[in-house]
Amino acid sequence: MPILEFQNVSKVYNNTAKALDNVSFSIDEGEFVSIIGPSGAGKSTVLRCINRLIDATSGSIVYDGQNVMKLKKRELRQVRTKTGMIFQHYNLVDRLSVIENVLHGRLGQKSTVCGVLGAYSEQEKERAFAILDELGLADQAYKRCDELSGGQKQRVGIARSIMQDPKLILCDEPIASLDPRASKVIMDHLQKINCERKITCIVNLHQVDVALKYSERIIGVSAGKIVFDGRPDELTDDKIHAIYGSDGSDLITDIQGEKS
Amino acid sequence: MNESVKKVFFRRKITYLVIFAALIAVYIISASATEFHLSEGLASFPKAMAWIGHNLMPDEKAMKRFPKILDKLIETALLSVAVTVIAAIFAFFFSLFGSKATGFNGIVNRIVRIVAAFFRNVPDVVWAMLLMFSFGQNILTGFFALFFTTFGLLTRAFIETIDEVSAAGIEALNASGANFIQTVFQAIIPSAMPGIVTWILYMIETNIRNSTLIGILTATGIGYLFDLYYKRLDFSSASLVVVSIIVLVIAIELVSNLIRRVIL
Repeated sequence: MPILEFQNVSKVYNNTAKALDNVSFSIDEGEFVSIIGPSGAGKSTVLRCINRLIDATSGSIVYDGQNVMKLKKRELRQVRTKTGMIFQHYNLVDRLSVIENVLHGRLGQKSTVCGVLGAYSEQEKERAFAILDELGLADQAYKRCDELSGGQKQRVGIARSIMQDPKLILCDEPIASLDPRASKVIMDHLQKINCERKITCIVNLHQVDVALKYSERIIGVSAGKIVFDGRPDELTDDKIHAIYGSDGSDLITDIQGEKS
Repeated sequence: MNESVKKVFFRRKITYLVIFAALIAVYIISASATEFHLSEGLASFPKAMAWIGHNLMPDEKAMKRFPKILDKLIETALLSVAVTVIAAIFAFFFSLFGSKATGFNGIVNRIVRIVAAFFRNVPDVVWAMLLMFSFGQNILTGFFALFFTTFGLLTRAFIETIDEVSAAGIEALNASGANFIQTVFQAIIPSAMPGIVTWILYMIETNIRNSTLIGILTATGIGYLFDLYYKRLDFSSASLVVVSIIVLVIAIELVSNLIRRVIL
């Protein structure tokens, strides 16, 4: 059963540049999908159209039975509470503690007054600690976020989105600013969340090898169009070159080595 | 060395030479237009210094006035603090509508910025002179004059601060479904706080200095005392006023550095 369905979605910036051009695809509940493509191809735009951080220009996006493009402000907030998001630059409130940042995931379900005062229930706090423990951050709970390393910050970002109890997690280049070891930790956690909690994950990636290793399905985007949509083993060298608009073997990724 | 490299260095020398010659020419033209003579100006400098040393030293008579000066000084300082804090509260909420990061539309942003620019760019002395028509020579006149410029300047400064340090957190909380007020208290205030406090402390310092000048116009506070002594040719008392203002401003600066170090 599809949880998300894009139908002929286009996004035009300033009446000229087409960021998305008639994009259609659907994603089933529980899938782990990677979106790959060159910088500026529209990967980020696809993700942000789902939770309307960016408004698509035309088409329809049906998410969990609702057309998100027609939502009013209050309904949109409701949709956002069940959609986690993980950012390249983590987007934590650096001067607050780790545990406060994790609890931010609950704000959407709380009253304004409780949110303003930061009044969370014991149950919510226990849950936040349990999630931090699961992500190996139990010792850092009271540290300020600006004391953490990049990999730890991203794990806080993941904890914050799990705290939302989301149906879908959108990951916008989650490992683009991390070293290979931290990248592996983050991708492993995302995979675990997908398997154990049955949360659908859509991950934008720069690294083709990472996409091949972790995803059940890969969508290739180039110049605002979907040029590939299939299983990792269907992604041949030719198709990769079509996505990145390169010819011959001038890409840094040596996928033959990765596949074997 | 090859030809083109030589040419580059030659051209740079010529550029410096032309700029230097132009500066000299501007000086000569403006000096002759205003009949200013550098040598005479410099020659009179020691004499001016001697006069200051002779007349502007706080003496015994001035010291007798010290309690009164202190009283007015404290009044002025407290007024400056009050003005700055109240203006900062208004400016903070106003700046939320001027920041791009909070996601209000471009027209609202622009209106806020224009209003802030208007309040900021009318000098506080001019505000004081305008407000004198409505309030007369009153402490309220000084209060509002300082309030308007402080409000304009802080609004602008807070917009910059929020756009710079809070944008990422705002985006994340928006994406998680938090509402605007929750975002303000959970993302914007925590992340922008150091910037906001730094600006408030800076404005308190500035306002103590400016309120002296405004006090001369509105006949209130420490500025009034300075004006009074100065016009009575009681230079030693007037200079004591100046010295005490300087001491106060330095003291405030030290305290604010301390506060900044603790909170950052």
